[in-house]
Amino acid sequence: MKARIKFRKYGVMKYIGHLDVMRYFQKAMRRAEIPIAFTQGFSPHMIMSFANPLGVGLTSDGEYFDIELKEPISSEDAVRQLNEAMVDGMEVVSFVQIPDEKKATGMAIIEAADYLSIPKKEGILFSNEDLASFLSQTEILVLKQTKKSEKEVNIRPWIHKMEMRGNDIFMQVSAGSAANLKPELVIKSLLHFLCKKETETDFYYHRIENYARLEDGKLIPLDGLGTKIEG
Amino acid sequence: MRKLALSDEILLKVEKPARYIGNEVNSVMKDKEKVDIRFAMCFPDVYEIGMSHLGIQILYDMFNRREDVWCERVYSPWTDLDKIMREEKIPLFALESQDPIKEFDFLGITLQYEMCYTNILQILDLSQIPLFAKDRSEEDPIVIGGGPCAVNPEPIADFFDLFYVGEGETQYDALLEAYKENRRCGGSRKDFLQMAAKIEGIYVPQFYDAVYNEDGTLKSFVPNDPHAKEKIRRQVVVDMDKVSYPTKPVVPFIKVTQDRVVLEVMRGCIRGCRFCQAGMIYRPTREKNLETLKKYASEMLKSTGHEEISLSSLSSSDFSELKGIVTYLIDEFKGKGINISLPSLRIDAFSLDVMSKVQDIRKSSLTFAPEAGSQRMRNVINKGLTEEMILEGAGKAFEGGWNKVKLYFMLGLPTETEEDMKEIPRLADKVARRYYEIPKDKRNGKCQITFSTSFFIPKPFTPFQWAKMYTMDEYIHRAHVVNQEMKEQLNRKSLKYNWHEADVTVLEGVFARGDRRTSKVLLEAYRLGCLFDSWSEQFDNKKWMQAFENTGTDIAFYTMRERGKKELFPWDFIDAGVTKSFLYREWERAMRGEVTPNCREKCSACGAMCYEGGVCFEGKN
Repeated sequence: MKARIKFRKYGVMKYIGHLDVMRYFQKAMRRAEIPIAFTQGFSPHMIMSFANPLGVGLTSDGEYFDIELKEPISSEDAVRQLNEAMVDGMEVVSFVQIPDEKKATGMAIIEAADYLSIPKKEGILFSNEDLASFLSQTEILVLKQTKKSEKEVNIRPWIHKMEMRGNDIFMQVSAGSAANLKPELVIKSLLHFLCKKETETDFYYHRIENYARLEDGKLIPLDGLGTKIEG
Repeated sequence: MRKLALSDEILLKVEKPARYIGNEVNSVMKDKEKVDIRFAMCFPDVYEIGMSHLGIQILYDMFNRREDVWCERVYSPWTDLDKIMREEKIPLFALESQDPIKEFDFLGITLQYEMCYTNILQILDLSQIPLFAKDRSEEDPIVIGGGPCAVNPEPIADFFDLFYVGEGETQYDALLEAYKENRRCGGSRKDFLQMAAKIEGIYVPQFYDAVYNEDGTLKSFVPNDPHAKEKIRRQVVVDMDKVSYPTKPVVPFIKVTQDRVVLEVMRGCIRGCRFCQAGMIYRPTREKNLETLKKYASEMLKSTGHEEISLSSLSSSDFSELKGIVTYLIDEFKGKGINISLPSLRIDAFSLDVMSKVQDIRKSSLTFAPEAGSQRMRNVINKGLTEEMILEGAGKAFEGGWNKVKLYFMLGLPTETEEDMKEIPRLADKVARRYYEIPKDKRNGKCQITFSTSFFIPKPFTPFQWAKMYTMDEYIHRAHVVNQEMKEQLNRKSLKYNWHEADVTVLEGVFARGDRRTSKVLLEAYRLGCLFDSWSEQFDNKKWMQAFENTGTDIAFYTMRERGKKELFPWDFIDAGVTKSFLYREWERAMRGEVTPNCREKCSACGAMCYEGGVCFEGKN
């Protein structure tokens, strides 16, 4: 039986990197006594896979990982037990059952993510017109660093939506294994486009949600694909 | 939400920001307005090292059980943050409250190895606390030193207000009560130090004067304050089942050196190896009760969520309940995906059986610490391990499927000859030969015998405290002798030799047996930029040599002299249980190559019986 866990990461926990978040949850599973399944073999480890790792420095309201259960536990109990084992800055939001087939888990189903870019100081102002003219470009070319080289890519098709929310910039961008766009990169090209002297490090970044795409093309939050486990 | 001492910009710039944010599972938050005493507990090295230390976890837990005390943690900022804090004048802070250390009542620093001494100065400096105790004002925290190096605190005596000599579980309550009492009465810093000086185990360096002979040796060491005791008696827990143990240890976010539940099963060691300071100063050997240990193991695994548990002691094979605790851990936790990390055990049927249950035989290796290559040398150091025992143990393991062995040795031991050095690779070769005695079709490819040597450093309160050391060149020469001889061995292709740095050895030797005058070398080295000296990539021997030269300090005086029977040592004012006359008897026996039986075989009247507990009274109640 497979389950999907949604959690929030905020406050000082933004300084904990992805690998350490995985370690943190392995220990949290034990503290919370979640009946998680292990791999076979000499050094068994928990069956657990994270979707779309969050970079150091970012906060999030919509992080996900999937686990394999060796026996059922109700959604309600699991959320409560996990939250009793959390530290400040980590909160489990939901625990749902997902279909058992392989393609239902992991990075493969991720399509898009929502982010907020929040100016660190007052006085960094943008308008919806700024964003509209930025998005009206047919091509937005940026240098993308890979492990071996850097290459120029057009990120315009990966930006689905951008709008102002108060002083913050909201964006919905492609995410997952096919195309994954970091919000820092979008802000960097926006600042360049608008000839602003600020840099992308003058913003906090907050992920709001991770989405999968349904057959009809609509986006759905990852936990929307699961069902509540009754006690 | 907690406010951090460092800005977002700084935290995203430095390596591993998780070192500086606190918030870990089981870290303790309190309301600072509701406590009487704020205690900052420091391990003067980087977070990952400091967080792996059991002693601090014990004290952190013990202090925080008191409602009137809030104990927090602080570690050395790594070099990247160190630079930023100096540039931006950010005061060093505690992990929990993120408040500056200078606002605390106490700063306790654990002294685990000599090469962290420059980091003590870094901690004080970044905290904006005057480096010298004599320069501190009423507002500054009381700076306390403790831990194994506190048995010779003299090289760092000027930087500390007081030292707690011995195991922390016994006198801290008295010290904290004295602090509260003094504050209630409006007493000064000096008043408190005078009260503290009367407490057993507490040493206040400024209340003592050291006078030296013309040849540089210590002439006298006497109190200059009526409150100060002539002898400081090292503190020892008598009943290990009556002290607290941290059943909710702090769980770090980042991977640290000791990332597991640590179950301390006993203190002390019955063996009496003559080079080993821990084996002398933690006497008498005291065991914990099996039922208590079982309870701790379950509670700690539950409260931390760790996936591994290990046993801690100086010599686990000598623990009477070893079988009981190991069997319990395997039966109870192995099926729940918990790894049991075994300490190095004497090889016998039991240990091979449990090892094959908890380790992957193909990947794991066996460890032996013969410490010396020849039987003559092993008799000198009183290491009761014989060649027959090693070959028999290795043979059994090889037959059980293992093919990797690690051997640990020391070079530069007292009376060591070239022949003794050459016996090291020869012994490694004999272990390899034992492997190849197994028929080809029954063994698992080639064997891998890795042997390492460290250089011996004489430590206070050991029978070798009278011994001389060697020069750096001589140490390197000895390692070369071993390396050359290895190349002569039949199975040289199955042998691998590693040796330790020689320059750090000499320095460690100076400060291990240093006196108060060596503090100026530490200060000068720190001013020249020495920091994190136990990290080989940070260690800069040139700067250290410069510091000795600038302060006119002669290294040879501290390292190259064989001390005489009558010499007064800088640490002689400490009573560590074992008497100087016992240690000297052992030194003489060493020179004659005579072995001394262990505590369970025969009492050698070392002096530790004065603590009235442990192995000295086993079977006598």
